[in-house]
Amino acid sequence: MRRTGRAGWLKGVALVAVAGLTLAACGSDNNSGSTSTPPPTATAPTSAGSTAPTDASTGESTAPTGDTGSETTGENTAPPAASTGIVLANGTEPQNPLIPTNTNEVGGGRILDLIFSGLVYYDAKGAPINEVADSIESTDGQNYTIKLKSGWKFSNGEDVTASSFVDAWNYGALATNAQLSASFFEPIVGYDDVSFCEEGKGPVGEDGTPGCLPAPKAQTMTGLKVVSDSEFTVALTSPQSDFPLRLGYSAFFPLPKAAFSDMKAFGEAPIGNGPYMIGGDGWQHNAQIDLVPSPSYTGGQVPQNGGVTFTFYDGYEAAYADLQGGNLDVIDNIPPNALATFQTDLGDRAVNQPAAVFQSFTIPQKLAHFSGEEGKLRRQAISLAINREEVTSIIFSSTRTPAKDFTSPVIAGWSDSLPGSDVLNFDAAKAKDLWAQADAISPWDGKFTIGYNSDGGHKEWVDAVCNQIKNNLGIDAEGNPYASFAELRADVTDRKIKGGFRTGWQADYPGMYNFLFPLYSTGAGSNDGDYSSADFDKLMKEGASAATVEEGTAKFSEAQQILFKDLPAIPLWYANVTGGSSTAVSNVEFGWNSVPLYYEITKN
Amino acid sequence: MLWYIGRRLIQTIPVFIGATFLIYFLVFKLPGDPVAALFGDKPVNPAVAAQIRAEYHLDRPFIVQYLLYLKGTLHLDFGTSFATRRPAIDSISQAFPVTVKLGLMALAIEAVFGITLGVIAGLRKGGIFDSTILIASLVVIAVPVFVMGFILQFLVGIKLGWLSPTAGPNAPLKNLILPAIVLASLSMAYVIRLTRASVAENLSADFVRTATAKGLSRRRVNVVHVLRNSMIPVVTFLGADLGALMGGAIVTEGIFNVQGIGRLLYNSIRASDSVVVVGTVTLLVVVFLISNLLVDLLYAVLDPRIRYV
Repeated sequence: MRRTGRAGWLKGVALVAVAGLTLAACGSDNNSGSTSTPPPTATAPTSAGSTAPTDASTGESTAPTGDTGSETTGENTAPPAASTGIVLANGTEPQNPLIPTNTNEVGGGRILDLIFSGLVYYDAKGAPINEVADSIESTDGQNYTIKLKSGWKFSNGEDVTASSFVDAWNYGALATNAQLSASFFEPIVGYDDVSFCEEGKGPVGEDGTPGCLPAPKAQTMTGLKVVSDSEFTVALTSPQSDFPLRLGYSAFFPLPKAAFSDMKAFGEAPIGNGPYMIGGDGWQHNAQIDLVPSPSYTGGQVPQNGGVTFTFYDGYEAAYADLQGGNLDVIDNIPPNALATFQTDLGDRAVNQPAAVFQSFTIPQKLAHFSGEEGKLRRQAISLAINREEVTSIIFSSTRTPAKDFTSPVIAGWSDSLPGSDVLNFDAAKAKDLWAQADAISPWDGKFTIGYNSDGGHKEWVDAVCNQIKNNLGIDAEGNPYASFAELRADVTDRKIKGGFRTGWQADYPGMYNFLFPLYSTGAGSNDGDYSSADFDKLMKEGASAATVEEGTAKFSEAQQILFKDLPAIPLWYANVTGGSSTAVSNVEFGWNSVPLYYEITKN
Repeated sequence: MLWYIGRRLIQTIPVFIGATFLIYFLVFKLPGDPVAALFGDKPVNPAVAAQIRAEYHLDRPFIVQYLLYLKGTLHLDFGTSFATRRPAIDSISQAFPVTVKLGLMALAIEAVFGITLGVIAGLRKGGIFDSTILIASLVVIAVPVFVMGFILQFLVGIKLGWLSPTAGPNAPLKNLILPAIVLASLSMAYVIRLTRASVAENLSADFVRTATAKGLSRRRVNVVHVLRNSMIPVVTFLGADLGALMGGAIVTEGIFNVQGIGRLLYNSIRASDSVVVVGTVTLLVVVFLISNLLVDLLYAVLDPRIRYV
């Protein structure tokens, strides 16, 4: 009797355990859900960054370390002897089908960048180099004539023509195709019609965003016109001299005719015109993808290896272990637990260089004591009171690079010595002097604060910067923590925040305009400090309607000199990309968007 | 017996419906707009978002969405994920075999080593071996699984280079040894302690004294009488553990890059991808129910006094 009694009791335990598991499973759904849905932190930087200010704490990206120094086209001059080994690289499972206009994250982006070639591609310094384009010309920055090189083919043998581009762009922009990168076509004339949706008709979003039923008034954009097989024109709604800079982004890639008949199948096994094509067993979901050099490729990004295999990882810890264990050749991000040691682990195979991520703190124009002449003096004093080298080396183990301007070193045209940039150099005596001058206009009272979100590892540097301000200016300064990035942004957006607050920006494309216009021009979407300068706006406008990218960049650099005087935001540092490679490979260089230039890598 | 099994199988139907409903509801209630999340940190394009919502019924009320899903499953269509645009069954059927391999390896490790060590410790209760095992298992229970994972990965995988530090894409058995050991370690410690206590208790039971008094050899007493009777709690634990090993391997799968169910579940929850989450969890619940049924049937084998009618 005792036996059976016990067995019955055990059965009871088993049943409780069943219930326990079911509940535990549900419970863990809930937990991981709520901890992993939060705002825009960990979305790994794609070549398209954010249009919203990034929570740039996770800023990990790139730029050249061992610059080979040759002018713009590094690899065209003297290509190293090609190797035949397969380069093993880390990746993440692409979150969307591999369709250029529907891929907006780095997992799919890095693959598309290798199997497709756009009109231009970017070298390691972020400079655009003509790829399929023979020339991209404009006299007014608004109407572009694009001529294509002849002889380009997709890997299925189809010619790459002007229609390959125009059809692909029209497909990407049409609302009913629901492409995630559709908004990249916004500057083109006719975008409003193809993306038109009837407000108030469609389903209402969960967060209450008004419904909107896609009802395109046209199927194609009138701003795109095919002139011949090798030429097409693009009309923009306003002058944007840096439009050619954007054309290397994946949304602007061409598509073969085969794509349009069955886009779903195409997304699983895309056919491109790039240096590589999908080989081996194709796209093995959640596991890996094998890329092999494409025999039909004739462009400038000639593969120097026998192929690239991306193994998909969820975290960088396992990838880093594989790199150390010899199962992986290149890693494009160092996990937090190895940040302190990776430079010793990897020696000169470690990569730690600035990325296209700019970090700062903004002081609102309306804040008491921070407007007019007094404000200028105080802003400059605060900037001079911060020792950026000290903070980046001690707090960030040198994984940030002190800022020299308002953009990023990976942008073509960047300079570390723009006139006026000395306001970013530490000078306690001058800071004190300027602060005293401001006090003469109106005496300082109260406390200076910097708002930040405490969930992103910002407390340490905010405290350090506040202490420097406190010690060097003799005023009261401290951090103003918010529980989450979303809460901080809500207060910033509603202009409720009192004091300064941290801001960050990650570029969509390697252009100076993208770092300046959205942040500091009057009334712009991300101008959180409500900065307004007629001179700055004028230079932005002149730069945007310049005939060439270079002329535009010159104007934008001039505009930065105004910012150095007014300091609407205090530049702090650029986030670095961290990565590395194993001894099995050489010639590892990272692109402007923090992704290695895989085609250049040679296998030893 | 058959009637009993049939009845148990019929019982899984309400559990199936209840589990799918509950999980679907929980995923539905996750904070944040999953379609907006597809755009990453870029502004949401309202026309595109509306198109995706309509295509995957995400604009419908919860109950309609759930009934549509249930209707699909009856036609053996387990839904298409709006996040990956792939049929959920594809993702699941790819990840499941890997997790089954890993789970069974871990189960084998914990059963073989756990029971062996536990029996020895139980038979030599109070000895040096027993004390050592008790302390060692206590240490294993106290150390979090990710610490164990990273240490073993670093020592065995990277420093010594005996085994691959990660499982990799096709997860060959050899590469799963390390994650299986880590996954098994905690349960193994419990199995050791459970077996030890059970054996020690049975050694002083009446029927053992009787058997010894009958003049049976010590070996026969231990194997036939003590061991067999000590196995019931251990088998219960192992059966319940199989489900936990499969569903609870998220941390281990992450450390060793095992492309299994845990990882799939984690990613799908992050994307609020209900069809994949529901499909995966339901599968785990079914595995759990079946392994429990097997455990119950094993009772009858271990203890002839238990009969199912």
